[in-house]
Amino acid sequence: MEKFEKVSGIAAPMPLVNIDTDMIIPKVFLKTIKRSGLGVNLFDEMRFERDGSEKPDFVLNQTQYRDASIIVAGDNFGCGSSREHAPWALADFGIKVIVSTSFADIFFNNCFKNGILPIVLPQDQVEVIMKDAEKGSNARIEVDLESQSLTTSDGTSFAFEVDEFKKHCLMNGLDDIGLTMEKASSIDTFEAKSSGERPWV
Amino acid sequence: MSPKTLYDKIWDAHVAHESEDGTCLLYIDRHLVHEVTSPQAFEGLRMAGRKVRAPEKTIAVPDHNVPTTLERLEGIIENEEGRIQVEALDKNAKEFGLHYYAMNDVRQGIVHIVGPEQGWTLPGMTVVCGDSHTATHGAFGALAHGIGTSEVEHVLATQTLIQKKSKNMKVEITGKLNPGVTAKDITMAVIGETGTAGGTGYVIEYCGEAIRDLSMEGRMTVCNMAIEGGARAGLIAPDETTYEYVKGRPHAPKGAEWEAAETWWKTLYTDEGAAWDKVVTLKGEEIEPVVTWGTSPEDVLPISAKVPAPSDFEGGKVDAAARALDYMGLEPGTPLNEIKIDAVFVGSCTNGRIEDFREVAKILEGKKVADGVRMMIVPGSGLVRAQAEEEGLSAIFEAAGAEWRLPGCSMCLAMNPDQLAEHERCASTSNRNFEGRQGYKGRTHLVSPGMAAAAAITGHLTDVRELM
Repeated sequence: MEKFEKVSGIAAPMPLVNIDTDMIIPKVFLKTIKRSGLGVNLFDEMRFERDGSEKPDFVLNQTQYRDASIIVAGDNFGCGSSREHAPWALADFGIKVIVSTSFADIFFNNCFKNGILPIVLPQDQVEVIMKDAEKGSNARIEVDLESQSLTTSDGTSFAFEVDEFKKHCLMNGLDDIGLTMEKASSIDTFEAKSSGERPWV
Repeated sequence: MSPKTLYDKIWDAHVAHESEDGTCLLYIDRHLVHEVTSPQAFEGLRMAGRKVRAPEKTIAVPDHNVPTTLERLEGIIENEEGRIQVEALDKNAKEFGLHYYAMNDVRQGIVHIVGPEQGWTLPGMTVVCGDSHTATHGAFGALAHGIGTSEVEHVLATQTLIQKKSKNMKVEITGKLNPGVTAKDITMAVIGETGTAGGTGYVIEYCGEAIRDLSMEGRMTVCNMAIEGGARAGLIAPDETTYEYVKGRPHAPKGAEWEAAETWWKTLYTDEGAAWDKVVTLKGEEIEPVVTWGTSPEDVLPISAKVPAPSDFEGGKVDAAARALDYMGLEPGTPLNEIKIDAVFVGSCTNGRIEDFREVAKILEGKKVADGVRMMIVPGSGLVRAQAEEEGLSAIFEAAGAEWRLPGCSMCLAMNPDQLAEHERCASTSNRNFEGRQGYKGRTHLVSPGMAAAAAITGHLTDVRELM
């Protein structure tokens, strides 16, 4: 995984609440056996007509947001299915940061495995960032993971929380499995103990 | 020792390693695998030269893509990409030595129906699957939740998950349910109350008299939709109902192991005085048969209500409601029981078990599906299908004019050919009414099995109590 450091980019405003994983990547695109190439189908039903032509009103089809690397979203972004195809599609499109008041649990975890930083901020702060995003391509938002701060185009900064371990993995582009395998002896010990206590498992 | 919740107890029994910051390696007792969210995980193992750490605890079954029509018995999957995924699971299960139920094995079915049916799911276990409805298994007092594909790979390789503990939430349903009100109505009413983010950051324990009174199948329906309320998992403490269901299943413990297991299971309850971070209480007798009107599972109302207006809401929900009404083609003020439907779907991991089909048969018996309505009934497993046929339920369905199909996820998420056409409106016993969920521009109203059957007969959303 690529190392995540600083992101400076255009933010697309998506104020709709409860944007679900079926919206992010409809099921017709889950039939792949690869992780790559899903960006062209990101938000497919919101973004395209059935004949493949673009819906001009959709934010990522507007000239100023085509290169967005940040999404500022309404509450409960990523609710629904566990499909990691959702962050795969977002990452493949070039999204690196998503800002919302809340994220669904599984989606939130999936983001970190794919180099995407989901940032949770209070409603009033998300509203300020949303307004900034609405300014379009002249408004670049900066996100610094190391110092855990997000700065709007007019210089207003907001501090955000991030789990220490997740931050460490994201900043260093670390493979979780490799890290866990370093603790294999703990797993061996646990397994031996629990198979004695609960042999029926 | 300070009093613990059921979740605390299961969590504590599975921590294999804890770091200073509270990040834990949680040991996983059962890993369920299906064809859609696993191919990339197996590929990752292969590329890194890793093995499956505990193949004997890993159970695979294809369910999302499989056709539900009879041609599948000849091994045919017409959609090429779907076929490739099913073939990849066949190959991966064999290569890595997993327990496997192939597409045409009579035990095949929706992974969350197969697990309990075969006795893989037991009280006090940790259960994961690359599928959000893994919450279903919480009905046994197992800590069960959905994971992404990277985590599927992590569990395959290490039999653990990197986790931080969630908070404890209690959802209590007091008293008795009225006739015609089911587990589905309970779980939807709870989401209507809490919203789809109300459980975010929590593990829910469902309790109270109305929950205790439910069968195991009803409890599975309740826990299944915990994820729709945003919770990591839903739990119900095991009791005699649980033990009776589990006993004698192919992979349940036997003899002395059963005795030992049951002794431990009996310690799995929330201690008196344990602390809750959030509590929600509903009165069982106040719950009515419910239906969704919009495109989020929180858009729940009693069938006696009317379609709301965007102005009935606040904040971001105003625009979301306007968008939902437009998508659903509904006018505010329309009585819900006057909404005409085109299709009915009975099935899914929410409502695809034998008791669900009995409820449907009770309503459908001697009646006909309304003209212009198509009704698709899809069992949750081959064994459910066989039992429904033996009990004469399928004969009732077919006499009423419904289609009786082979097991799979089917129109719950419409990855196989079972889909709604544009603007088709469906009363569905599944779990999600998202835009496009059951087919491009399809319109979904979530209901209980009895309500689905009632709608099939009248051709519009209907209070099932009028047909009882």
